[in-house]
Amino acid sequence: MSKYSMHLLVCGGTGCKSQESDVISEKLKKELSKQGLEDTVQVIMTGCFGFCEKGPIVKVMPDNTFYTQVKPEDAEEIVEEHVVKGRRVERLLYTDPETEAHVEDSKHMGFYKKQLRIALRNCGVIDPEIIDEYIARDGYSALGEVLTNQTPEETIELMKASGLRGRGGAGFPAGLKWDFARKNEADQKYVVCNADEGDPGAFMDRSILEGDPHSVLEAMAIIGHCIGADMGYVYIRAEYPLAIARLKIAIAQAREYGLLGKDILGSGFNFDIDLKYGAGAFVCGEETALIHSMEGDRGEPTLKPPFPAESGYMGKPTNVNNVETLANVPAIIQKGAEWFSSIGTETSKGTKVFALAGKINNVGLIEVPMGTTLREVIFEIGGGIKDGKKFKAAQTGGPSGGCLTEKHLDTPIDYENLVANGSMMGSGGMIVMDEDDCMVSIARFYLDFTVEESCGKCAPCRIGNKRLHELLQRICEGKGEESDLLRLRNLGEVIKDTSLCGLGQSSPNPILSTMDNFPEEYLSHVVDKKCTSGVCTDLLEYFIVEENCIGCTACARACPVGCISGERKEPHLINPDTCIKCGACMEKCKFDAVILK
Amino acid sequence: MNKIKSLADLKKIRDEKQSGLQTREKGEAAENLVQVKVAMATCGIASGAKETMEFMTEALEKRGVDAIVTQVGCMGYCYAEPTIEVTLPGAEPFVFGGVNREKADEIIEKYIKNGELVDGIIPVNYETID
Repeated sequence: MSKYSMHLLVCGGTGCKSQESDVISEKLKKELSKQGLEDTVQVIMTGCFGFCEKGPIVKVMPDNTFYTQVKPEDAEEIVEEHVVKGRRVERLLYTDPETEAHVEDSKHMGFYKKQLRIALRNCGVIDPEIIDEYIARDGYSALGEVLTNQTPEETIELMKASGLRGRGGAGFPAGLKWDFARKNEADQKYVVCNADEGDPGAFMDRSILEGDPHSVLEAMAIIGHCIGADMGYVYIRAEYPLAIARLKIAIAQAREYGLLGKDILGSGFNFDIDLKYGAGAFVCGEETALIHSMEGDRGEPTLKPPFPAESGYMGKPTNVNNVETLANVPAIIQKGAEWFSSIGTETSKGTKVFALAGKINNVGLIEVPMGTTLREVIFEIGGGIKDGKKFKAAQTGGPSGGCLTEKHLDTPIDYENLVANGSMMGSGGMIVMDEDDCMVSIARFYLDFTVEESCGKCAPCRIGNKRLHELLQRICEGKGEESDLLRLRNLGEVIKDTSLCGLGQSSPNPILSTMDNFPEEYLSHVVDKKCTSGVCTDLLEYFIVEENCIGCTACARACPVGCISGERKEPHLINPDTCIKCGACMEKCKFDAVILK
Repeated sequence: MNKIKSLADLKKIRDEKQSGLQTREKGEAAENLVQVKVAMATCGIASGAKETMEFMTEALEKRGVDAIVTQVGCMGYCYAEPTIEVTLPGAEPFVFGGVNREKADEIIEKYIKNGELVDGIIPVNYETID
């Protein structure tokens, strides 16, 4: 039924367009009509391929040929050779940097392996509300395997060998955690799924629960078998109604099939799962606070030890894992520890999901093998910085993490490297900032969040963060002194050392890391009282650029305090002493003559 | 639904469902049908994926196109929601972004009926394990 037998896809992403991909598209069309093929071969501009480094890209479908660094003058050859004669244009094919061989089919390009979906394997593929689709993708076969052919010890050993570490932030080895819970004898044990995703900008757990809820349920049952628990709870924030609805459907379907309940798959193993709702407090992502919240108490952390593996929910041994960690488990059991541990770096195995946000072209949810560099994530998968601006920093680990800068672009991302560079993995939020972002304001933004979310139980976090926030506020208002910088650092260190739980122990990180990476920005705020990025309005002044001003008087008429003077058709002037920095003049000016400095 | 009683039982069901995965509604092999997947996570729905899904289901039916429209989870292209994936019989899947009613209409009329691609294609750049 298709009238076109071939499609030429030309990348229309920002990077490729700036290298004349639209001219390429036009020339391809012209060449095709020269050959009389305009009705059988279609040329179309697409979104960003993400492979901007080797742009402009032209992809030929259906044979999946991937041409890189195409120039407008190559159009003729592509049409004559490839389209008419069916011969690939060798010199335009992607060359594998390792083997130096031409890669004909894009599916074999290393670039496509930059993103590998393990935790997200079923997201966007199956209907999450139909258990049969999960089963058809090998769902529940890992549970079947574990119940039928493995002892709990064997499964735990397999998990240890795989090297899977907690994806919630701290990166504790999952197999070891299970082992602790297994070794603590008790009449009752619990498996808990931590779905209290709280980092601003992170939403991978929600996406997994909404797109593939059964993978999490299956993993919980597997853990139940390993540690000797017959009951599991998903602790999920009430702000995730769709995830909750799909989980409920999934649980009901699994029960109907007998994949949850009594005597699962005839193995004699019983396991059931229920939901517990959280009210969305950030601190409840911390496992002891989470357990207290589940018990109906205030969501406040307690000192570890005792760890939940000894005394958790209702005082019984409890294993808590994060959603993304769990989503990896069935895949590891199916494909083996060796397969999983072949992906990633020495200490960090497998993949990590990141929520890419901020000043980046392809905002989205990505999953990359550990050890991928920040440069690959931002410039090859993320399509680079918006509006061609300059990359400044990427915040990972949310309010507990820190920022990575240009000098970290080629550092492989794994748990250890992130910590060594003053940040952390966290749950996987990655917020990209460009030259227009002020790092002091960014630090203040994260402190806003921690001050709001501190549970108030311990003094360093409750009082200390508040004081940190006040210091930052003063600096942003231009009232800061140089000694404030030392105060920030000292107080930050004390809060880290003395807070009760992970929230306070990591809350000063955004400040310390921005101070380490951008000391000049802090200095210019306190010494020169200037915000070089033009964000802290209290430190900025409005100016009129003489060359651009044509004297139309629009700004003077808009100024509510009458601080703009000047004759018609003459450049105007703003009096900084009376200016209230409302910005009305800037809005009115059609000639970009009003600027903030 | 009958209970699954053993691993062998599960494997049998898996094999059945694998071949039956796409046929549940039409009773016909998937390869011969147009398949449309709509990304329906919270973020997609917030951007209008529900309307897109409804429109797709109704319009394809009305216009006599034999198609399976299903909801799936997040595809990861937040910058281009709502997103849909269209697989024509015998062809590679294409993902389209920013699919509102008008775009959906254009996709049906041009791509699904005619094989003519339209703007808004998102090149897929990841591998998924089987």
